[in-house]
Parts: sequence; structure tokens; C-alpha cells
Amino acid sequence: MSPAATWFAVIAASAVVFALKLVGHLVPDHWLAKPRVARTAALVTVALLSALVAVQAATIGRHLVADARLPALAVAAVALMLRAPFIVVVVLAAGTAALLRALGMS
Amino acid sequence: MTPDARRAVLRQSISVAVATGLYGISFGALSVVAGLSTAQTMALSLLMFSGGSQFAFIGVIGAGGAAGAAIATAGLLGARNGLYGPQVTPLLAAHGWRKPLAAQLTIDESTAVATAQSDPAAGRLGFWWTGVGVFVMWNLFTLLGAVLGDALGDPRTYGLDAAAAAAFLALVWPRLADGLARLVAGAAVAVGLALTPFTPAGVPVLLAAVVAVVVGLVAPQDETKEPA
Repeated sequence: MSPAATWFAVIAASAVVFALKLVGHLVPDHWLAKPRVARTAALVTVALLSALVAVQAATIGRHLVADARLPALAVAAVALMLRAPFIVVVVLAAGTAALLRALGMS
Repeated sequence: MTPDARRAVLRQSISVAVATGLYGISFGALSVVAGLSTAQTMALSLLMFSGGSQFAFIGVIGAGGAAGAAIATAGLLGARNGLYGPQVTPLLAAHGWRKPLAAQLTIDESTAVATAQSDPAAGRLGFWWTGVGVFVMWNLFTLLGAVLGDALGDPRTYGLDAAAAAAFLALVWPRLADGLARLVAGAAVAVGLALTPFTPAGVPVLLAAVVAVVVGLVAPQDETKEPA
């Protein structure tokens, strides 16, 4: 792709992504006042974040992959059950994955 | 908000910003490898500012894909940011120039920190600190990654990919106290993983949200007193 074509794609894609963000902020307030809509919006966030955890921990591209990220996530879950602070959870997960990879796990 | 509660929100926001920002190194490095210039790489982090969309965009360009495919893939992965808007607008009450600014900062991390707080003031604080913090760190480290390239090595060596997954787990954790939310979370994980082999990147996560829409609209109202 020529530099000009790449620049066009960069700007156009950025505009699309920004427009999607803005649309979410322009939803009328009274739509959200209904309890069922408010509950659904909250559940959508739960679903998106949960799916992100799964996809980030267990996939590469279109493949399901079990590597050092899974034991790292298990350590994070245990830390959360023990009410560890956020930064401790994240550092423990990174440390677990780094250690397992240093020991030869993929 | 007590000073202690305020400090807790700031600590969480800054932790998320640093963890996410560090991952920007790998974006910067990979973008240059995919054939983008340093200026184009920085334009993506400044203007697009959505990690999933950015990685997908350079992935398509690097694989020799057409501009249209790169734009569509970035949009598909960015669509979930549009679903976050209705979650954060009641907390922010942003008007005028703050509205587009808030929109640009509406990403996984800022939404997750904002909605994990127990009161609206803490949520608002968490949104802005996390949004601005991630923006600054993400762009600084994108630049570093683009300039240093591969000299730093694979971010996976430091477990940064696992850190990203753990961060999202920690952020969704407080919402899982509710039975209905746990059900939705389990179904979302199943849908996300089951669809991964068969659909383009970004689609599994979006379709997982459909589960929540169906459950939220159909499940009996009294099963959950308070939205999570």
C-alpha cells in the first residue's frame, strides 16, 4: 500500500472508531431511565469484559490456545478471592506468566 | 468521597494506565514492522485510541490487506466502545467540548474502572483519570515502541499479555456478586471462545454482548434488585 493510501486508511478507520464511541454518548438519557434498559446496559458491560478476559487469555488469532496465560489468570482469580488489591492481582499474573515462560512454557 | 476512597480510585486508575500503557510498546514495534511509518503509528494511537482496533488494523495492513478491510476490521473491534457510552454517560454528565473528549476516552479500561466504583463521584473520577492516564501512557509507549522496534523483545516475555487478561478479570470481578451477572459472564466466555475459530477478530466479543441483551430484556425483573 502506498503511503498516501495508508494515510487514508489510518484517518478513515480512526474516524469510524471515533464515530462509534460518540454514538454511545448521544443515546438519550430517558432511554436509560427504564430499569430493564439500565440492567441490560450493565449486563452488556459484564458480557463484553468477560468475553475479553476469555479471548485475551485463551486465543491467538482464530485459534484457541492454552499457554502460560491460563495459569496466570488462575493465580489472578485466587488473588481476587483473597481480596488482593488490583495492582497486586495484575503483577502476580504477569509474574506467573513470565516465570512459566522463563521455564520453557509457551 | 473520603480522601481514602479518592486515593483508592486514583491508585486503581494509575495501575491500569501503567499496565495498559506498557503494552503500547508492543503496538508501536509491531506497527512499524507491519510497514507503517512512525507518524502513521502515532496517528493511530492518538486518533483511533482503541487497542483492539489498532492491533487489528496493523494486522490487516501487515498481511497485505486492502484499506477497506483494515477500516472494517478496526470498526468491528471498536463497536463495543459504542456500547460503553450508555454505561458511562450517566456518571459523567459531560456537556459541550467535554462530550467528544469523553467519547474519545471511552475504551475498555476507562469504562471498567468507572463502572467498578460504588458511587457516581468515584466512577467519574475513575473514568477521567483512567482515560487520560491510558491515553498519555499508551501514546508515550507507542512512540517508544515505534522508535526502539524489536530491541526490547517480545512483551510476552514479561507476561504483559497475561497482565491484560488479569486486569479485565479484576475489573469485572466486583460485578459478579449478582447471580444473573455470573450467568451472563459464563455464557459470554462460552460464546466468545466458541466463535473464535469461525469469525473475524472482534466478532466473538461483540456477539457475546448479544447474550447480555437477550438475558437483560427477557429475564424476570425481580431476579436482580440493583443493576450490577
